[in-house]
Amino acid sequence: MHLPAGRAALVPAPMLLLLGLLLSTPLWIAQVGLYQYLALEIMIWMMFALGFNLLLGFTGLPSFGHGAYFGIGAYAFGLLQLKVWPNLWFDLFGAVLVAACLGGVVALFISHRRGIYYALLTIAFGQVFWFIANKWHTVTGGEDGLLNIKRLPADFGVVSFSLTSNNALFYFCLAVFAVVLIALWRLVHSPLGRVLSAIKQNETRASFVGYDVWRYKWLAFTLSAGVAGLAGALFAMAQQSAYPNVMSLHNSGFVVMMVLVGGGLVSFWGPVIGATFFILARDLLGVYTETWLLWYGLVFMLMVIFKPDGIAGIWQAWRRRRPAASRKPQVVAASVPVALVQRGADEAV
Amino acid sequence: MKLFEAEHLSKRFGDQVVLQDITLACEEGELVGIMGPNGAGKTTCFNVLTGRFRPDRGRVTFAGEDITGLAPREIARRGISRSFQIMNLFDDYSALDNVLIATPHVRRQGFNPWRDLGADSTAQDLAAAVLARIGLAGKERVVAKSLSYGERRALEIGVALAAEPRMLFLDEPTAGLGAEGTARLAELVRELRKQVTILIIEHDMKFLFSLADRISVIHWGQVIAQGTPAELRQNEWVARSNLGALA
Repeated sequence: MHLPAGRAALVPAPMLLLLGLLLSTPLWIAQVGLYQYLALEIMIWMMFALGFNLLLGFTGLPSFGHGAYFGIGAYAFGLLQLKVWPNLWFDLFGAVLVAACLGGVVALFISHRRGIYYALLTIAFGQVFWFIANKWHTVTGGEDGLLNIKRLPADFGVVSFSLTSNNALFYFCLAVFAVVLIALWRLVHSPLGRVLSAIKQNETRASFVGYDVWRYKWLAFTLSAGVAGLAGALFAMAQQSAYPNVMSLHNSGFVVMMVLVGGGLVSFWGPVIGATFFILARDLLGVYTETWLLWYGLVFMLMVIFKPDGIAGIWQAWRRRRPAASRKPQVVAASVPVALVQRGADEAV
Repeated sequence: MKLFEAEHLSKRFGDQVVLQDITLACEEGELVGIMGPNGAGKTTCFNVLTGRFRPDRGRVTFAGEDITGLAPREIARRGISRSFQIMNLFDDYSALDNVLIATPHVRRQGFNPWRDLGADSTAQDLAAAVLARIGLAGKERVVAKSLSYGERRALEIGVALAAEPRMLFLDEPTAGLGAEGTARLAELVRELRKQVTILIIEHDMKFLFSLADRISVIHWGQVIAQGTPAELRQNEWVARSNLGALA
């Protein structure tokens, strides 16, 4: 990942543009034939994908079971609300904590690995969580999912906002998203972010200049799981339910596809582009055909073969006014999701 | 007291003995060379000394402390830094960032997720100073993989140097360099040895004989001769082997 040298802007232009665009959606989204809930969903996926890219794009660790932590956040939010204390802040914070803790436990078992072994372990652990969500009926509701999750009011002591309408929830999630976005932006420019990227480039050398590589890899996974948990909690609130489906291998594959198609390997903004592209493709192609995932999968394969740096990579190449960099796709990052897409497409057909 | 000492090191891979009873020592401020033919066990020796492999037998001490079998990062933090024979850089980082990430200043704040490293002028200055020392001033913003071969070799040393070591291990620093590059490197090493204790593995006898205070010759995993360059020239074994002829 090339980050420009020198001081990073606290709020760079693309961030302003993104937040401004999202903020203004209630004004125009109905006019272009879309709906507010879609913007909400895209934003939640953006958050999930950005957190995921901390791991894949910045630390070079391929997790193909990340849907699990998104799902854990969703279930934790629902369960805390239904069984412990229906308070928005407590439940959100709790969901992040639970997802990060379970992610941290998994990271204990995988952080000494890299490449394909790392990827396989993440899939295995992801499947374990998915299986538990499916089978532990008394707690998770099994395949029926966890229903009646409420959109709790945002209580600020003196004033309390109801989040029951899609618009209100959208503004609330936008505020949370902005905080996460700024924190991640800071993180990738911080010493921590630079060390993670150094580990991606050369793990051996990083350890020989004195870094405890294992601990950094552990931390990257845990942080990324925490962000996924937050996104999952917001998603549970948006959907007013939590299903095992969100923890499936499918969902884990979707976030990988978003990040790669968007260009997460070359740009901080890749996941943002990718999430938008994916959800819009789902909705727009979905109108015409139930097999939209097949077509999306084909686009994905073409991207991986011809433009492995994704949409952000195409943009960067165009900006440089040079032919696109002929960088080879990373073998692991590229081949496994292709298999996932194929599987997803098969099942969709 | 010796700054660095390795006693009776042995290492085998399966039933192949790679190092056998190696004993080496370095005084503070010395420049010690290890030479020997290909496959003699030089690099394995380095890997054992810097923590990549744990020795089967023997002891390594640094500044009076037993560091045998410690992890590379532990050894690095105690002040031993190494370069690699096969280049081992952060390829997507600029020359400056390669060096920057290796400085103790950045390492100490490695878990800080908020501070903007690009705005940390102390870190930038430290890194720029290292680049200037290795002759890469002006190349700060060039991505490591776009540097020339010779520049990359220099940067390889720069990354090791950025860690502010008390002792520097250089693994075949002249590998792949032409006569001119080797001469420039010799000059750099002469400059560095004023500030830091150095242990060099080298193939290029001329290079090593002109720089080292003492040299150990390793062959078949054993130290077969040890002494100053002048003594080694007199050594019968060295003189008879093609190693001596080159010197």
